[in-house]
Amino acid sequence: MTTTTSRAPQPAAARRPATTRRRPFNARRAGAWALLALAIAVSVLPFLWVFRTALSTNGALATQSASLLPADFTVGAFMRVFGLQSPADAVAEGGSGAAIDFWLYLRNSIVFSSITTAGAVFFSAMAAYAFARLRWKGRNAVFSLFLGTMLVPPIFTALPNFLLIKNLDLLNTMLGMVLPYVFMTPFAIFFLRQFFLNMSREVEEAAMLDGAKHLRIFFQIVLPNAAAPIATLALLTFIGQWNEYFWPLLVGSQDEVRVLQVGLGVFKSQSPQGAPDWSGLMAATLVSALPVLVLFAAFGKKIVNSIGFSGIK
Amino acid sequence: MMTTLTKNPAASSDQRSARPGRIRRGGLRRYGDLKIALFFIAPAMIGFVLFYVVPTIRGIYLSFTEYNILGDPEWVGLDNYAAIAKDPLFWNSLAVTGQYVLMNIVLQTVLALGLALLMDRVAKSTLVRGALLLPYLMSNVIAALLWFWMLDYQIGIVNQFIEWAGLPRVAFFGSEEWAIPTQALINTWRHMGYTALLIFAGLQAIPQHLYEVAKLDGASPFQTFRKITMPLLRPVLVLVLVVTVIGSFQVFDTVAVTTQGGPVNATRVIQYYIYQRAFTESDFGYGSAIAVILFLILALVAFIQMKFLKGNESDLD
Repeated sequence: MTTTTSRAPQPAAARRPATTRRRPFNARRAGAWALLALAIAVSVLPFLWVFRTALSTNGALATQSASLLPADFTVGAFMRVFGLQSPADAVAEGGSGAAIDFWLYLRNSIVFSSITTAGAVFFSAMAAYAFARLRWKGRNAVFSLFLGTMLVPPIFTALPNFLLIKNLDLLNTMLGMVLPYVFMTPFAIFFLRQFFLNMSREVEEAAMLDGAKHLRIFFQIVLPNAAAPIATLALLTFIGQWNEYFWPLLVGSQDEVRVLQVGLGVFKSQSPQGAPDWSGLMAATLVSALPVLVLFAAFGKKIVNSIGFSGIK
Repeated sequence: MMTTLTKNPAASSDQRSARPGRIRRGGLRRYGDLKIALFFIAPAMIGFVLFYVVPTIRGIYLSFTEYNILGDPEWVGLDNYAAIAKDPLFWNSLAVTGQYVLMNIVLQTVLALGLALLMDRVAKSTLVRGALLLPYLMSNVIAALLWFWMLDYQIGIVNQFIEWAGLPRVAFFGSEEWAIPTQALINTWRHMGYTALLIFAGLQAIPQHLYEVAKLDGASPFQTFRKITMPLLRPVLVLVLVVTVIGSFQVFDTVAVTTQGGPVNATRVIQYYIYQRAFTESDFGYGSAIAVILFLILALVAFIQMKFLKGNESDLD
């Protein structure tokens, strides 16, 4: 299950392009499938291993480190993560016994990701409408400037943004955490503008002849018609925000606003001297991944199909 | 960040003016939408100015100052840059990051290209693509912790396999020679499927009839790959490279969660060094100056890639 084993696909792949599309079975096809299956295994099996670890006790993990089934099955690690285990039990199972408020982090993650997603998607849709449908001087220049921000590395703006949030006295507040994301993301504007440009404008023009104003057209025609791409964008933005680590680490290091990703790092460093609380750590990891896994299970097709090149032609 | 790439973002912006029927109205109220446009763009503009434009300028300004967060920034001219030029830790971080990017990008691109070709041949199903995309949807923190466990020296499953193979156990995170390759492998694992999907989308755009013609002409699969697939895929590959290289240079999360720059300085990558200087040592001027340098490096790398790999020209036209 090492990543190095998956080095194999490339040379084999290079040797056999463009063949055997319609043949039912042959050795090449089987070989290609085998390599693909290997890559899928490398991508997916680690998660099963994490699950198995989370259902084990730490003591048994050390002695049965290679058994495929949970070592000494228990849900104690999950109870530990959610603070349902007494400190004594936790220590007995190899936890640190220190309280860690995962419910709070979970709530913070949900609030942080939801607010930033809702704000960024809505405001970006408004801006995208102005870029795609309205005529105004300097439109293309402003749009290019917006796009240019995609190239600025986040670390570069993170330092001054941190200072700004600090000067506003918003460190360790949810407001300070969401502010840089909530007004727009360059990607969201680009993504929606591209879609608006390709949308038929007949209905909008008819409405305009009837005297409808842009605000009404935006809310009653454009937004409903763009529901599908907006949903995709919201999904991608939410997952991205859920996984955000650097900014929440800088601005939200205290418990009351700490998000799961930052909490995980803390959980890791909390193990006392000696063996780390692997099962607790893996249970916490799974809990942190769960919302994304659920979204992926529900909307996998939307997400997978969104990965590609829009506007390449 | 999830990205969708575009070849020429501004190209389509004028397509509306080409539409008949719009021209009439455009002539009537040329640029007449400015007021309502300002209203629609206002929130995004606030975010753009406050959190992108101003910080960019402020970041450049700070790089010429000494600033420890208390008090006011003090102008020191090029002092920070002069100090950086003589800072062995900076050069080390540059070298370490360079190694990381090289290993990460080469391995990831080669694997992704192979996977994309395989998918194109035998499996276009959403399920296969979804399975390969799964690691990318997990955060860096989760990817780091997952491999931190699987690669553990004592009881990690990977070291179990290594031992069964009769080899000595590897201290993936604990040894200086393995720490950076391990970080690169983790990132490769996380991005391999995503990159493959991007390349796969590029493959789908290659007209099928070219392959059929090549087949009729008796071209070998290798010839087809070299003469058709690679040239036509090049613009996509270049874009993928630009985006993944820029992303790879900004490695931070996995290092912060696992090795924290160590052992010794083996994984003190640029962004982690900036973070330490600015936030642990409260040296915002110095940190900003390194950030400016990183920014310039990224701009240069992107420029070189676009220029020499001719990413903005397609052979399809």
